[in-house]
Amino acid sequence: MESEVLKVEKFGAYFGDTQILKYINLSIPENMVTAIMGPSGCGKTTLIRCVNRMHELITGARVEGRILLCGEDVYKTNPILVRRKVGMVFQKPNPFPTMSIYDNVIAGYKLNGIRLGRGELDRIVEESLQRAALWDEVKDSVHRKGTFLSGGQQQRLCIARALAMNPEVLLLDEPTSALDPKATSRIEELIIELKEYVTIVLVTHNIAQAARVSDLTAFLYLGELVEFGPSEKLFTVPEDKRTEEYLTGKFG
Amino acid sequence: MNSGNVLFRLVKDRLFGAGIILLSFGMLVPLFLILIYITRNGISAINWEFLVRLPKPVGEMGGGISNALVGTVILVGLASIFSIPLGIATGVFLSEYRKGRLAYVVRLCAEVLQGIPSIVIGIIAYSWIVISMGKFTALSGGVALGIMMLPVVVRTTEETLKLIPDSLREASLALGVPYYQTIVRVILPAALGGITTGILLSIARIAGETAPLLFTAFGNPFMETSILKPVNSLPLLIFNYATSPYQEWHTLAWGASFVLIVMVLVLNVLAKVVTARWKVKF
Amino acid sequence: MTSRRKSLNSGNPGAALVAAEAAFTRGLYAVAIFVVVLLTAILVTLLIGSRESLGTIGLGFLYGKTWDPVSSEFGALPFLVGTLLTSFLALGISLPFSIAIAVFLGEYFREGALSSFLRSAIDLLAGIPSVIYGFWGLFVLVPLVRSLQLKLGVPPFGVGILTSSLVLSIMIVPYSAALGREVIQLVPSDLKEAALSMGATRSEVIWKVVLPYARSGIFAGVLLSLGRALGETMAVTMVIGNSNFLPRGIFSPANTMASLIANEFAEATEPLYVSSLVEIGLLLFIVTTLVNIIGRQIIKRTAVEV
Repeated sequence: MESEVLKVEKFGAYFGDTQILKYINLSIPENMVTAIMGPSGCGKTTLIRCVNRMHELITGARVEGRILLCGEDVYKTNPILVRRKVGMVFQKPNPFPTMSIYDNVIAGYKLNGIRLGRGELDRIVEESLQRAALWDEVKDSVHRKGTFLSGGQQQRLCIARALAMNPEVLLLDEPTSALDPKATSRIEELIIELKEYVTIVLVTHNIAQAARVSDLTAFLYLGELVEFGPSEKLFTVPEDKRTEEYLTGKFG
Repeated sequence: MNSGNVLFRLVKDRLFGAGIILLSFGMLVPLFLILIYITRNGISAINWEFLVRLPKPVGEMGGGISNALVGTVILVGLASIFSIPLGIATGVFLSEYRKGRLAYVVRLCAEVLQGIPSIVIGIIAYSWIVISMGKFTALSGGVALGIMMLPVVVRTTEETLKLIPDSLREASLALGVPYYQTIVRVILPAALGGITTGILLSIARIAGETAPLLFTAFGNPFMETSILKPVNSLPLLIFNYATSPYQEWHTLAWGASFVLIVMVLVLNVLAKVVTARWKVKF
Repeated sequence: MTSRRKSLNSGNPGAALVAAEAAFTRGLYAVAIFVVVLLTAILVTLLIGSRESLGTIGLGFLYGKTWDPVSSEFGALPFLVGTLLTSFLALGISLPFSIAIAVFLGEYFREGALSSFLRSAIDLLAGIPSVIYGFWGLFVLVPLVRSLQLKLGVPPFGVGILTSSLVLSIMIVPYSAALGREVIQLVPSDLKEAALSMGATRSEVIWKVVLPYARSGIFAGVLLSLGRALGETMAVTMVIGNSNFLPRGIFSPANTMASLIANEFAEATEPLYVSSLVEIGLLLFIVTTLVNIIGRQIIKRTAVEV
């Protein structure tokens, strides 16, 4: 297997006394799309929120085990530095409402006080918007507010914002759940294109989506990692009975 | 069921509706009486001289209210300096630590502060500042007005921040932006419109306050711009001249009342404009 | 790709960042604590200021009928009575109006030009500075009341309890009307529809369903209005007549706690005199705070945003 960017080891997560994730082991290889799927409440969102340490923002949250990003334990690093290396896109598009499209893309630099020259910024904005397949639509209006865009465009803007920081990993938390079918398929195409540049972890409760875009799939059920492997195999000949039941719509 | 009874009930229903409308708009009668009376008596007193001249001694016609205008600006400015940064920071605290015990206490304190009668605030500013400095000052008046303004700023800041979705904060934090930068550079800018509206409304409120100034800013017939001297203000001037026995002073007071009402109206309209214009779409 | 990979900790803003975060959080806490300290300091200042009067006069302060600075006799009863009389009279006068407005805006016309006109007018009523109410009261209401008194054959002071209550009642309407409107809007429409479907008229629905349902919220609004009336200073000071004797009726001149302070605080020099005035301020503070807190607790229970 190729080199792994992300490695989850014996990992568990809690809210107060409730255990959300149980003893997860997972290796995510570079430049691939890994889908994490499962019924709602299975802990899939919690898992990726632990990768960039967003989980701990909620009071009562607690974790055990290790998550290694490029071989380094994220729980032994300042969360701010972890988050700069890990891009995240959320369920609902959340561009910064007070900023223009341009400023949204470079928000990671601006808000972190990282100073770059005008030319450098222009280059980053154009490159990121191009990678997010938004450039052609907005190149003449980059100084308008990002909130004037359609939902699908806003979500691609959020992807561009994450890409602009050159992350090692891009976490997508059900990025199409608030979008219409057309915008959804656009984002799905984009995800496949993007793995050339960045390792992607996609959380979804949509089985078809996982099958369409991912190279590897992990099936999570009640906080446990039931099965993890190449998508073709998992969707055609699952090893675990529970996976099969989920895929055939027996639960969830 | 006999139809006479139904008819009676229907008539009663109509009468009730009419009574509601009558009473509702009945309250507008004094409002319009006040506005018309002030406008009729005030507008004739107003001209350029009125705004830039000082009051004249009793017996002389003319004179203006420039000292009170300047004093009001100084007092409102001081109050804003004291209360706006403090109020916004407290509002941020309340929205960030919503459920904590300290937040509960602070919220209660802000509510109590807002309910304190203005004359009592006057006693406080007098005890703290006038006594220790040994004189009436604009500073003490500014502190008194600042204490009145503070809870309003706290409240509007908290209410505005409450409306900002968590997704915005997450977007910023996920980019690795430190927590305090997230608040200062993402959350507060998104709340700017609401907070500004609140500040404008609270200024409209305190600009018309008289009671806390009676023994702090005290009033002054001359032009004064030092914050360590007594200053005049529009409401103080209105009070002093309205309760005087002199006709010319009454005229000045009507004019000043008109100016004060226009000021309050303009601030209210401005607040509405800010709300509409700076509306942040999430 | 791998070549650009740097250690996570490279370019570590580390210590400075952690310090800045900590300073920010500490700052927020400090400010929050300051607000608590501010209120405590206000209470302590009032207590210290009234120490002399509390010690010398004690409880007699509350039922003493004579306020005579010259003979150093300080009894606050006339002002307690004056305050309660003006406030409750004002409340009584304003209540039909504020409930009518609340029903009008909350039930009959929730939207539309008429409703927004009335709402702006009520906002304006709340926005007019109290000194202007006083000024207008002095020049318009006082002569009116005086002619009424002449007709009734009572001493024609013009100023006094009734005049103050009239001015106050106009000033406090917005407070109870605004809250009343909100609670009336919260009445579930299925309750109203149930009553209507049984053949009740609109007015019967309002009397038997809406108002009883919104009762506690309306009461809270009345309390907020009361808190405002108790502490109102300028408008009252200008039209109440400044008499330090126990009022004999609604036509007699009087003083409220607030108007007494406004009139005499700047002139008081005797320590006991000043202290007695501060004690009046302390009483005013306690009473308005209690009224406001009870009102706000009720509001919280009805879950309305004011």
